[in-house]
Amino acid sequence: MSELPLLDIDRMAKRYGERQAVRGVSFALWPGEVLAIVGESGSGKTTLLNMIAGRVAPDAGAVRFRTAAGPVVDLAALPEADLRRLVRREIGFVHQNPRDGLRLSVSAGANIGEPIMAAGARHYGSIRRAAAAWLERVEIDPARLDDLPATFSGGMQQRLQIARALVTEPRLVLMDEPTGGLDVSVQARLLDLLRRLVADLGISVVLVTHDLGVARLLAHRLMVMQQGQVVESGVTDQVLDDPHHPYTQLLVSSVLAA
Amino acid sequence: MSDALPILEVEGLAKSFTLHAQGVRLAVLDGIDLALRPGECVVLDAPSGRGKSTLLRALYGNYRSDRGRILIRHRGAMVDMAAASPRLLLEIRRETIGYVSQFLRVIPRVPTLDIVAEPLTSRGVAPIEARRRAGALLTALALPERLWRLAPATFSGGEQQRVNIARALIAAHPLLLLDEPTASLDTENAGRVLALLAERRDAGTAMVGIFHDPEARRSIATRLFPLPERTLAA
Repeated sequence: MSELPLLDIDRMAKRYGERQAVRGVSFALWPGEVLAIVGESGSGKTTLLNMIAGRVAPDAGAVRFRTAAGPVVDLAALPEADLRRLVRREIGFVHQNPRDGLRLSVSAGANIGEPIMAAGARHYGSIRRAAAAWLERVEIDPARLDDLPATFSGGMQQRLQIARALVTEPRLVLMDEPTGGLDVSVQARLLDLLRRLVADLGISVVLVTHDLGVARLLAHRLMVMQQGQVVESGVTDQVLDDPHHPYTQLLVSSVLAA
Repeated sequence: MSDALPILEVEGLAKSFTLHAQGVRLAVLDGIDLALRPGECVVLDAPSGRGKSTLLRALYGNYRSDRGRILIRHRGAMVDMAAASPRLLLEIRRETIGYVSQFLRVIPRVPTLDIVAEPLTSRGVAPIEARRRAGALLTALALPERLWRLAPATFSGGEQQRVNIARALIAAHPLLLLDEPTASLDTENAGRVLALLAERRDAGTAMVGIFHDPEARRSIATRLFPLPERTLAA
């Protein structure tokens, strides 16, 4: 329990014009932990995720990240070039729409190979072998290595995006509704895959979702956001089975039991 | 075993539910005191609606208590579950407290053997060894081997429940919480489960359980714990 957090979010805030999208959100994430952020559209959860990823500049607050090299850096205060280098090496991002995380004009193999090359690998044969191995790992036939992602189904594209995000074994992965646009049967397969990869690689995850079932299956801890603020947080089953805040109670009671 | 140090000490535990949409507060538990030593099996004794499941869930940290302490012997020291951080709570569940719910919450597509082995692999046991022990436990619970590679979504209630029990027993937690583990089982399988539980109890595992079947109670309980009648909240 003495271990230090990987990520320490301190009083993050963001305003868009008149609207305060995120108001003073703080939390810590430890190695190997999966934290889900739930809330309806406009609750600020995606803005928060984008600020952690360095895609949106915060108005206030710090994103303290423990780098692989040891030192803790504030991603919100890092010069642009340093931020991009660090994010490329240590932080993965999985978008809701696989098209936002993939390069559609190059093959599936190249989509996985590019991040490996960006991380320094040069040997063509070994990059190709690693790409094929990752295709298999995300349950795509390695024979599809040279096919364009556009020829893949939605579920396959999402699995390819996950392979691209995880191939460099980042220490932190940020996911924005990773199962959002998929059919239920495809979702189940993806959830199982994500569970296994996260456990096998021991990565930490911040997962934004509006699906409480996804949060229950994947997340150790849960944070509920409403109007830019965290209204409730705790161990996932605790928040879902014994919700205290009126908004959390409304969320939980609105889910149709299958 | 009776002079061993307690593994669980509950002091003045209270739990209520506030339902904001309905504007009601339900007081379910108040002033609960309970101590448990290794090798003891306390069966909660009260009619339906007294809060037996609520107490069990509060002890697991699934429900958050309003007042009182839930002291658990974890890594050699007494820690208060009711005040534990989420990380500590998850660590206590991994190592010290196991919970058998009435129903298996099915994880899509994951084979039975892996579902049962997972509590071990999450503690760092090698997958091959974890699966071997999972297989041994499923054999003891008479779950046919042809089912081990399948996800339990399509299993019968009794088969799912045995998967659930195997998953809860595999990590050999020193404290087990049992919410009617034999409810959906036929006599023969209920007997197997009770025998396995009795074996664990005699080896020093402490248990708090809900058992409605009088036969099951007689065979497993070392003591009954009556829950007081609930007074309606103002």
